[in-house]
Amino acid sequence: MDSVFGVEYDGGVIIASDQNNARSILTYQTNLDKVAELSSHSAMGVSGPNADLVNFSQYISKNLALYELSNNGLKLSPHAQANFTRGELATALRKGPYQVNIMLGGYDTIKNQASLYWLDHLAAMAKVNYGAQGYASSFCLSIMDRDWKEGLNQEQAVAIVEKCIKELQVRFLIAQPNFIIKAIDKDGVNTLSFGADPADN
Amino acid sequence: FVKGANASILPDSFGKFEGQLSSLSALQVRGGEMDWKADILNSEEEESTGAPPLEFAHGTTTLSFIYDGGILAAVDSRASIGNFVGSKTTQKVLPINNHMLGTMAGGAADCSIWIRKLQAESRHCELAEGRPITVARVSRLLADYLYANRNSDLSVGTMIMGYDEQGPSIYYVDNKGTRIGGDLFSVGSGSTFALGVLDTERRRNMKEDEAINLGIKAIRHATFRDAFSGGYIAVYVITKE
Repeated sequence: MDSVFGVEYDGGVIIASDQNNARSILTYQTNLDKVAELSSHSAMGVSGPNADLVNFSQYISKNLALYELSNNGLKLSPHAQANFTRGELATALRKGPYQVNIMLGGYDTIKNQASLYWLDHLAAMAKVNYGAQGYASSFCLSIMDRDWKEGLNQEQAVAIVEKCIKELQVRFLIAQPNFIIKAIDKDGVNTLSFGADPADN
Repeated sequence: FVKGANASILPDSFGKFEGQLSSLSALQVRGGEMDWKADILNSEEEESTGAPPLEFAHGTTTLSFIYDGGILAAVDSRASIGNFVGSKTTQKVLPINNHMLGTMAGGAADCSIWIRKLQAESRHCELAEGRPITVARVSRLLADYLYANRNSDLSVGTMIMGYDEQGPSIYYVDNKGTRIGGDLFSVGSGSTFALGVLDTERRRNMKEDEAINLGIKAIRHATFRDAFSGGYIAVYVITKE
């Protein structure tokens, strides 16, 4: 059961997820990177079965790249990317749904504004300041409710994320030893830290 | 019927026929020993309120790992039909080309037909491009086919392994379309027993005979404890040559 969460701060957004790849009672690997980079200034943390996770995030990121190539380098804003992603989830919903729950974060380089979106496998979408998917939400939302405020800087946002990770490692039944944390700001998508070097699949 | 509108993103009609056939056979065999398989497939997609079900869906034990001189694969040879031993001498490792192997776990027919298709596709790619195909590409071909057919109740849990210009690699691919690269995998109903031995005794810098002994030991322990694994133990070594 994957933990994915995101926190928006002044000038960017952090997306974090665990690095476990497991099914039933077996853990296959503990260095999977579940925060997929969609474009130069956006990324989405994805939770769900490995096949849908990989296929859906690659499908979205390649389609966004195609848009850029077909439109003279014109990039889609995070708002547009989130709505496109939600549209793809909605279209697939009645045919063969993607069982993925997503936290999508991006930085709009034209408006100079960060944004974070919560999308679930039923194609619901909400723009949020912070959020979590999966069992992580039960443990982490209260921490974020308490500590988040307007005008955080990156260190403070990372501190909130690290508090959430510690809480999961103390109280969550499933051991998730490794987490990967990425920040998206005006300089693009940067990996801030990872528990284990992600495998390139 | 064919489940879902996305039943064929396959390049040719052979694959489409395959998808329809396996959903037909799934319908006829439903009931009896196939029921627990359906339960596993269904419950994986919901949040389980109790303890998660044990993975019995692939009645075999196969393992492979990378050691300091190559790749080792070890498999058992039992084919079970429910609680009955169908064969003690099944061949569960199939060559894809002369530098790659695929192991078979799950439905014997599903695995052998898809690996045979993979043999043809990889040969085609090699001829078209004029150079050996990479393990990543072969495993991706298989994973894409299986993802397209993920609603057809296939049962495939295979490891694609081999040497290419990036060195040795092993990819685990299954019927849901999962594809994971790594250096140690075990697949099948006896996989947890084999992993217990493998995880405790494996070291990075093993020599070939130590690796072979470890592979045999792991499968032996798995066949001892797992009712669905047995027969003889087949060991394969892939080196750079």
